Amino acid sequence: MSARKYRAARWAALGLLVASLSVVAAGCGGGDDGGSASTEIEGLGSSLEEIQEMAREEGQVNVVQWAGYAQLTDEFKSATGCTVNTRDGGSSDDMISLLQTGEYDGVSASGNASVRLMTTGDVAPINADFIPNYADVQEGIKDQEYNSLDGEPYGVPHGRGPNYLMFRTDVVPEETDSWSVIWDESGPYNGKLSIYDDSIFIADAAVYLKATQPELGIEDPYELDEEQFNAAVDLLKQQAPNVGEYWPGDVAKQIGSYTNGDSVVGTTWPYQYVQLTAADPPVPVKAIKPKEGTTGWSDTWMIYSQAANPNCMYLWMNHMISPEAQAAVAEGFGEAPVNLKACDLTKNPNHCAEYHADDESWWEDVYYWTTPTADCGDDRGEVCKTQEDWEAAWTEIRG
Amino acid sequence: MTDLGHRRLSTFFFRHPRARLAALLAVPVVWIVGVYLGSLVVLLLSAFWDTNPFTAQVVHELTLDNFRTLFERDVYRDVAWRTIRMAALVTVADAVLAFPIAYYMARVASPRTRNLLVVAVLMPLWANYLVKAYAWRTMLSDGGVINWALGPLGLHFDGYSTVGLWLVFTYLWLPFMILPIYAGLERIPSSLYEASADLGGRSLETFTRVVLPLAFPAVVAGSIFTFSLTLGDYIAPGLITSEQFIGTVIYSIRGEALPVAAAYSLVPIVVMIAYLLVARRLRAFESL
Repeated sequence: MSARKYRAARWAALGLLVASLSVVAAGCGGGDDGGSASTEIEGLGSSLEEIQEMAREEGQVNVVQWAGYAQLTDEFKSATGCTVNTRDGGSSDDMISLLQTGEYDGVSASGNASVRLMTTGDVAPINADFIPNYADVQEGIKDQEYNSLDGEPYGVPHGRGPNYLMFRTDVVPEETDSWSVIWDESGPYNGKLSIYDDSIFIADAAVYLKATQPELGIEDPYELDEEQFNAAVDLLKQQAPNVGEYWPGDVAKQIGSYTNGDSVVGTTWPYQYVQLTAADPPVPVKAIKPKEGTTGWSDTWMIYSQAANPNCMYLWMNHMISPEAQAAVAEGFGEAPVNLKACDLTKNPNHCAEYHADDESWWEDVYYWTTPTADCGDDRGEVCKTQEDWEAAWTEIRG
Repeated sequence: MTDLGHRRLSTFFFRHPRARLAALLAVPVVWIVGVYLGSLVVLLLSAFWDTNPFTAQVVHELTLDNFRTLFERDVYRDVAWRTIRMAALVTVADAVLAFPIAYYMARVASPRTRNLLVVAVLMPLWANYLVKAYAWRTMLSDGGVINWALGPLGLHFDGYSTVGLWLVFTYLWLPFMILPIYAGLERIPSSLYEASADLGGRSLETFTRVVLPLAFPAVVAGSIFTFSLTLGDYIAPGLITSEQFIGTVIYSIRGEALPVAAAYSLVPIVVMIAYLLVARRLRAFESL
């Protein structure tokens, strides 16, 4: 009798497990079908006035951003009634997975995220009529492959900047002008290199190879065929033992390492440079665009296609390209504004000139982050390495 | 509810013992099966999903490719071995450090000192794990306190290394080793020590032939904690070294290759199941 009872209990436990499994499986299924490209988002007002009215009811907007991007949030709140809640992402992959949780209304996406987000339909194209400041955005930055699809604009440009080579001037000579300090096999600073921990950094190796090994024929550092890709990966594997620290989008970690001298040279965003030079006492660092050129980004605020607070998000996109917010962003993060009206408002009157905001020739050898695809974009055809290959290679490079 | 309602309810539960049991167990069972096992099941399932190579989104088609990736690429095996080796070394170091402390607490110290020691061992557990890891990061830095102390001796310690990480883990998990050993030693009756002495056993013999065999299951019990905690950690490795461990790999590939990350997370689970089976044979569970 008791044996039978025991068996019954076992079957009951098994039944529960199976039941929980099927519940879980049901939860996993039924993904969305990829969006249709429509600017209409459920709950969005049909005129600017209506949007402003409805935004007051929403009262908040939740955005995924690169650290330091959101500016003048208090002013935004008093003007629109929307409280801004931000969440920092450390890498483009991070941002995509955060946005896909469905808890956010928008994202400040770089090219290696935005292309994927537009393709999956996670973000929606915008209706520029509801974003008055859009007309002031530099024409050269609109309608690029990383912020539009099939001729439709997705989101508003945020700003652009280069990935710098940054070094401590008390250790590395001031006149350094080449990436060779981080790629040289027997470089004097090996062991104290600070390197961005993301597969997109393969493009930085490709930029260096483009300049130093022209026989590889690299044109675009994101369109690498087998031979070019392997050369870049080999260069990175050779570098790996010399890296003092990989920083996974964690700006505080890198700022700390440069401050106490554990890192003396490496790749960085302007944000860390601005923070280090503004610190008390200032850390002796210099950030440059080396002679080989560099990678960079041109970021875009995009709206989630199922945003819970679409009206606040529309107003937020308009706010972020206003001259005031653009000036704050440009100086706070250290980048070039996309709305040149901001140039009259920056605290440093020469900011726009120093960051080459309207000097297109300076940007010619800055290769904006984008998503690597099989299509090489030229007569080589579909033989280039994809995002997936880049990610897999990065894990191996790290070893 | 009225007084009458109360009485009706208790009458109902008195008459139906099964309903009583169900009402009692409902919440814990839902928690364990639904939340705890459920999330593990999701993990297991995710390991068999595919991903879209361009968008990196999970595609709900069953595939074994993720496991093939894990087997075919050396890097995953290397990282797994590195992690297991680290877990083993941390466990050994903790056992060696913890045993004398626990022995002193259980056998030598006065009750007052013992209480103080218990507090001292538990105290670090009150501080947040992140704070401790960051503190070690600062101490191990080139300009940190460790190199400051070594400087006059003409020595330099490369703190952001595997050895540095080993130190940090050994520090972090030490209390988890001390407490089970202390409890295990406490349970050995003093009469056994006396019997050993009466039969002519010297202190070393008493230790190796009486204390150690009786306390060994407690050491194994402690090692379950130190081993499993090291195996799964991803924050300390990320802060201290640029070498990859199982946890950091899972963390860094979860965005673009969730199914591979899920498949890889089964490695520590399998290792821990094997470890627990061995621990059970060594009677470690009776010492928990």
